[in-house]
Amino acid sequence: MSAHDKSHDHSHAAHDHDDHDHGPVKGWRRWVFATNHKDIGTMYLVFSLIMFFIGGSMAMVIRAELFQPGLQLVDPQFFNMMTTMHALIMIFGAVMPAFVGLANWMIPLQVGAPDMALPRMNNFSFWILPFAFTLLLSTMFVPGGGPAGGWTMYPPLVLQLGTAFPMLIFAVHLMGASSIMGAINVIVTIMNMRAPGMSLLKMPLFVWSWLITAYLLIAVMPVLAGAVTMLLTDHYFKTTFFQAVGGGDPVMFQHIFWFFGHPEVYIMILPAFGIVSEIIPTFSRKPLFGYDTMVYAIASIAFLSFIVWAHHMFTVGMPLAGQLFFMLATMLIAVPTGVKVFNWTATMYRGSISFEPPMLFALSFLFLFTIGGFSGLMLAIVPADFQYHDTYFVVAHFHYVLVPGAIFGIMAGVYYWLPKWTGHMYNLKLANAHFWLSNIFVNVLFFPQHFLGLAGMPRRIPDYSTQFADWNMVSSLGAFGFGLSQLLFAYLIWQTTRSGAKATDKVWDSGLPQGLEWTLSSPPPYHSFETAPEVK
Amino acid sequence: MSKILKYLTATAVAACLPFAAAFAEWELNMPVGVTELSRDIYGLHMLIFVICVVIGIVVFGVMIYSIVSFRHSKGAVAANFDHSTKLEIVWTIIPIAILVGMAVPAADKLIKIEDTRDSKLTIEVTGYQWKWQYNYLGQNVSFFSTLSRESDKARQLGSGIDPYSVKNYLLDVDNPLVVPVNAKVRVLLTAGDVLHAWWVPAFGMKKDAIPGFVNELWFRADQVGTYRGQCAELCGRDHGFMPVVVKVVEQAEFDQWLKDKQGAAAPAAAPATASLPAGTNATESSDGKDPTGPLPSTSLANAE
Repeated sequence: MSAHDKSHDHSHAAHDHDDHDHGPVKGWRRWVFATNHKDIGTMYLVFSLIMFFIGGSMAMVIRAELFQPGLQLVDPQFFNMMTTMHALIMIFGAVMPAFVGLANWMIPLQVGAPDMALPRMNNFSFWILPFAFTLLLSTMFVPGGGPAGGWTMYPPLVLQLGTAFPMLIFAVHLMGASSIMGAINVIVTIMNMRAPGMSLLKMPLFVWSWLITAYLLIAVMPVLAGAVTMLLTDHYFKTTFFQAVGGGDPVMFQHIFWFFGHPEVYIMILPAFGIVSEIIPTFSRKPLFGYDTMVYAIASIAFLSFIVWAHHMFTVGMPLAGQLFFMLATMLIAVPTGVKVFNWTATMYRGSISFEPPMLFALSFLFLFTIGGFSGLMLAIVPADFQYHDTYFVVAHFHYVLVPGAIFGIMAGVYYWLPKWTGHMYNLKLANAHFWLSNIFVNVLFFPQHFLGLAGMPRRIPDYSTQFADWNMVSSLGAFGFGLSQLLFAYLIWQTTRSGAKATDKVWDSGLPQGLEWTLSSPPPYHSFETAPEVK
Repeated sequence: MSKILKYLTATAVAACLPFAAAFAEWELNMPVGVTELSRDIYGLHMLIFVICVVIGIVVFGVMIYSIVSFRHSKGAVAANFDHSTKLEIVWTIIPIAILVGMAVPAADKLIKIEDTRDSKLTIEVTGYQWKWQYNYLGQNVSFFSTLSRESDKARQLGSGIDPYSVKNYLLDVDNPLVVPVNAKVRVLLTAGDVLHAWWVPAFGMKKDAIPGFVNELWFRADQVGTYRGQCAELCGRDHGFMPVVVKVVEQAEFDQWLKDKQGAAAPAAAPATASLPAGTNATESSDGKDPTGPLPSTSLANAE
């Protein structure tokens, strides 16, 4: 079914090819009442970038305090608040909205639709976010301070939170509502608005990865909402879901939370898989190796993500059979993930590879995400996990899959499509500098954390014994370098929106890319595809 | 590539391991430990690590080869193949085989870890914000263990005390746990307020202490010495400041220590530790209980 309705159409001409300024209404109304997928996508991306810097500055506080042993800068409670807020903001404020922004921009372009299926809900799902994060950030200034019990909000600790507690819960609810609406929009768009001839197995992989991600979101965000609501009633309405004194079970929260939390991990990486699967063929000048398998691999990973949650909690004291099950199921994830890595490698093999910035980020993703995969496999081994659990080894692991994984994936996507969005080619020298600085510093930052964890440094501590001093200093230096390098990224984007060489429709002169987005002008017309393109 | 580097450095460190004790700097790898379990775990860790390194060398090797050899700038012409069912089956089967190879020894060790039968001594450990309570069950010995005063003074914000001037900074307590060498010690874990986790890296074991529930772990240290660890589950403001210190001593010395303690603590009996279910308080020695028996695992009905 291809319902190309234009119910969202405003009072403007239908044929706009130039900058955004001509299509939409002028001024603030364009953004507040936005229903255009590109405007909303842009807002998502800008919002995400702002959150990336806010969450990043919290990381700078963390690394500055950990620069040397002893407490120099902040109180331990404030430190815990920084780790907690850093995680919440990076996960829900930076990575997820960035992917939704990319989905908003690219899915209509890639499936040949004029816009997203549900433009008004699209507006709503975005505009919830600034309120949610204002609320969340404002908790830092209420009596007792903001959430400091970790982003996982484990009870009973989280119940000790003061005024900030209901604000945290409400903010999480808002984020969840926004994510669910975004996911519904993605699914409805993909299912109903594909160009004639684009069967499911002809969709670009970015679209596929988002389709599966959207289902994950719909499945698990309500679970998170349920978990935090139970926290709320435990706190205010005398229930004891998670309190042993009333017959509750603190560990039950962890089971529910990670039933959300593990699929959430894949929500943050599957779209990056999709982006990388678009970029590698383009710059290898060779079709993606094993398209069908790639789709099935994403689907298998998504399925497995629902049955591995307890590997986050091997130390809570599960029955032996439970531990074995979750170990084996977790190890199984290595198979489809391995297939993806092998297929990307096979795509490059006997290709004709060039190294434009998106490809550089995609390659870095490929190498460093694989390292994160290896440490993930090590963590799956329960007896070894008894040593690794809650140490910096875990911190190193998930930052390897989230920073050079998810975030480099996002950056690769931005560098890939930014000329399409703005109509300008960006400054390649600057982009290369950004890549090399990020790539070097991210390793200086996170690789030593493997050593710290193995040597026995627990995570989430504001101060440490002197034996950990050396690698902490190295890691902090890497962090400062990485943080500063990202200013280049923000500057580059700002610069590209205003100036730069005119980008062609194809943007990249490699023969591939072949997606529908490259058949449109750069920047694309305000209503993307007025008439549906034919896909053979 | 950095994986290879890590492996090389790790082996270099392994070569001078005696050197890599608590204060070795630039430490790169997991300490080997002083219990059978910790050595098993170390072996498992190294096995998986080496497997990962070998896979890494192959996979990264092909990637690097492709990047170097098939460069557009060198005039490489792209081939046009886009799948090979045979290859894809191969690289699905091989990882599964490797994973089975990893899972078997892991499961084997896990079964051993979970076997808490035939212990010589049972100690109940209760986590509080932010200290540990050790209760020698049936021995009428119970005491709290908190961060040593010296460390506590130095760790205050802006204390001006150089952490390097404090011996065992943040890893020293007033009253360490004392256990006999070569004895299987069973630790029952619970908590009084929020979650904590009891961890001594040299024993290879870490387990959560959960209010209202009793977890268990065991260790048998085979070298006399003092072993240090920390709380490993975020438990609030001073989570980073509740170390675990265990002194492993000869049996005779332990007996004497216990006697002294019992003498000192006789009037002020052990504080109430309400968390233990009735009937388990008397567990002093070998109760021959199955590891999945009723005591701790009942707490996790929904783990199935």
